[in-house]
Amino acid sequence: MNPAIQGLITIVVGVGGCLGYFYLSNQFLDRVLYPAKGPNAGRNINRANQIRPWLFLFPAIFALGLYLAYPVFETLRLSFTDRSAGGAFVGFDNYSQMAAEPKFWEAMKNNMLWLIVVPAASTAAGLLVAQLTDRISWGNIAKSLIFMPMAISFVGASVIFKLVYDTRAVDQDQIGVLNAVWLSFDGGAWAVIFLRLLPAAILLAFAAFMLYGIYLSLRPLIWGENERGKPAWWALPLRIVVAVGAAWLLWLSLNSIYSLFTVALPYGQPQTWLTIPFWNNFFLMVVLIWIQTGFAMVILSAALRGIPEETIEAAIIDGANPFDIFFKIKIPQIMGTIVVVWTTITLVVLKIFDIVFAMTNGQWETQVLANYMYDKLFRANDWGVGSAAAIVIMLLVTPILIWNVYNARKEMR
Amino acid sequence: MSSIAGSKSGLTWAVQISVVLLVALWLFPTVGLFISSFRTADQISTSGWWAALFTQEQNLVLRTANPDTQTQDGSLFVIEGNLFADNDEGAATISVWGVSSRAISDYVPGDTADMGDDGRITVQENGDYRLENDAAFEGSRGERVFVTAETPPKFTLDNYRHILLSGSTTDGMAKAFFNTLTVTIPATIIPIVIAAFAAYALAWMRFPGRALLIALVVGLLVVPLQLALIPLLRLHLGIGIGKGYLGVWLAHTGFGLPLAVYLLRNYMVGLPRDIIENAKVDGATDFQIFTRIILPLSFPALASFAIFQFLWTWNDLLVAKVFLIDATGETTVMTNQIVELLGTRGGNWEILATAAFVSIAVPLAVFFTMQRYLVRGLLAGSVK
Repeated sequence: MNPAIQGLITIVVGVGGCLGYFYLSNQFLDRVLYPAKGPNAGRNINRANQIRPWLFLFPAIFALGLYLAYPVFETLRLSFTDRSAGGAFVGFDNYSQMAAEPKFWEAMKNNMLWLIVVPAASTAAGLLVAQLTDRISWGNIAKSLIFMPMAISFVGASVIFKLVYDTRAVDQDQIGVLNAVWLSFDGGAWAVIFLRLLPAAILLAFAAFMLYGIYLSLRPLIWGENERGKPAWWALPLRIVVAVGAAWLLWLSLNSIYSLFTVALPYGQPQTWLTIPFWNNFFLMVVLIWIQTGFAMVILSAALRGIPEETIEAAIIDGANPFDIFFKIKIPQIMGTIVVVWTTITLVVLKIFDIVFAMTNGQWETQVLANYMYDKLFRANDWGVGSAAAIVIMLLVTPILIWNVYNARKEMR
Repeated sequence: MSSIAGSKSGLTWAVQISVVLLVALWLFPTVGLFISSFRTADQISTSGWWAALFTQEQNLVLRTANPDTQTQDGSLFVIEGNLFADNDEGAATISVWGVSSRAISDYVPGDTADMGDDGRITVQENGDYRLENDAAFEGSRGERVFVTAETPPKFTLDNYRHILLSGSTTDGMAKAFFNTLTVTIPATIIPIVIAAFAAYALAWMRFPGRALLIALVVGLLVVPLQLALIPLLRLHLGIGIGKGYLGVWLAHTGFGLPLAVYLLRNYMVGLPRDIIENAKVDGATDFQIFTRIILPLSFPALASFAIFQFLWTWNDLLVAKVFLIDATGETTVMTNQIVELLGTRGGNWEILATAAFVSIAVPLAVFFTMQRYLVRGLLAGSVK
């Protein structure tokens, strides 16, 4: 049968079936099971109204349960079994086998790198664009153009950026923009400004931000300032973890600044960007940042618009300059939205698959967890280790899941 | 605002210029692919796409007309014509030319090159040539002339013709396009219907366990679909659905439901209570309230989710690869087709760029026409 006709039939059957189910089940409830007449009319209406919500909910609950809730537990179970042994229970064998593979640790390391860089860069860029376009007359057009990559598939974006990163032999004209730009640098003043000073400035700003983070998280511990109310039991360990993480990132960025000024750059040679270990991860991340910046911008721009004008006017009267207004008045007021944007992009990053699959397929040390899992599942045909990798992704998502549910419940009260 | 603080014009200009630069940076990659899709394979491989907008210097190897077109002019045998017209090339301006592959820039237009036994050739700036010899020309092919020419920008629709109409099974996107459409439309409509009823129950009906169900939906919102792949594929194979359209529709329905329920519920909760209570007093049943009042009023939220789900199913690769595409590859979707082209046609940018643009075009059209609803949905889905 022609799939188009099949699709049409499915729409008709699916939609008609749903509507028919809702209509007929309601009719059945009201006419046959608990008719609203006769001696028990009042009791029957009450009973019918107790059952009705479940009629409305049943298809959704069934689909959610079967397609999302059940797989979580089934995957957990499968991760303790071995396919080659006919699905026998093998305990933590899959996990230890996975932990022994260097490719897994490479994927973990890269995923962590993605988790730090992509949400930070997308949110920062989104905030920058939102602020810049806020008060200019053609701001909406600019926003719409920067938002556009959201509509482009990860695969399409991969093709777009593969052209940007394309490499030709040194004696041919470069057709990739990046190599064309790269070859225009010859080690002169421009190269020093763009390839050493500019990145160093960005890294320095990041290092300063991290230093500020360490200061914020340790301030109550060292100076004994009490928070309002009694601190929760998990506050202390959380503060220490955040401080240690920030210190590590600080050290990392300072180290990179040092190597930035000492490294000898291969001027004049076209580079195959996607095969340079470690740095190729960043070239893949650029694709996702390019897509997600628009999302961050849309949300943050709405939040910026929601800031009460009075607070800004008061700051201006008090003599604040535009930078003070942005960093001390606006940012604190939209902090909640920034966190939401950050976590949403983090979720996308944790599941990132298409970009790596289409651009490098995990070669040249660019493996990430989702692609590692796909590899195990459909190339190695090993559902045990594949499930174990999926569970690792689930574990990484769990803190955000708990945080979301906690917030949703708080809001509903 | 900043005018009160003074220094308006300087800062405003700085802001305007930085926004222009940012927009240009964001558009640059896409524009590159778009322009490349209108260039021939030769053009793409010899120069960057940014050069396509200007006149380019190109090295061409052209042939004069066949010896059988020669005419006799007194004692001379003559072949005349235009190099570009004879070789089906567009008009161009010759700067230098030559008659040997080792010396392609020996002559300027108007010069005459002596090729010994093969005769003498004169080439003009616009490609007109006159080839003359004392003896008759022999052989079946004309003389080779190497020219360096300034060609004006030239674009072609041949790539799109090849990708969409040629029916080639390896490069063609026509079938994949319809397959994607077949996946997308039911996978967008069915979750909306199911979710709308559930959202109404969660928003406006009172029953025990409602808060728990909402929390569950919020939790499922972030469950990575990677977890669902193995169990569901085993389930589909187990109950006989196998790999195919039905499986992928069901999978997309399941994966799209949490967002649909969440978005629609948040919207429906905000509808005015009075309308619903008045309708109840007038004796309307829940089913009537839902179909007559709630559904029409919720149109913006329905549209938001429909766009999300459409973009997501259209652009999806993973779910299609796992639940739809079998070994025969008959049911391949566009994203998968492009990934395969990346493997087999990695260097053929004219094919890749065109194929990618065919798949990007529909979401972009939806994006630009329905952007209002998309933004509204995004705000409702994450700021709450």
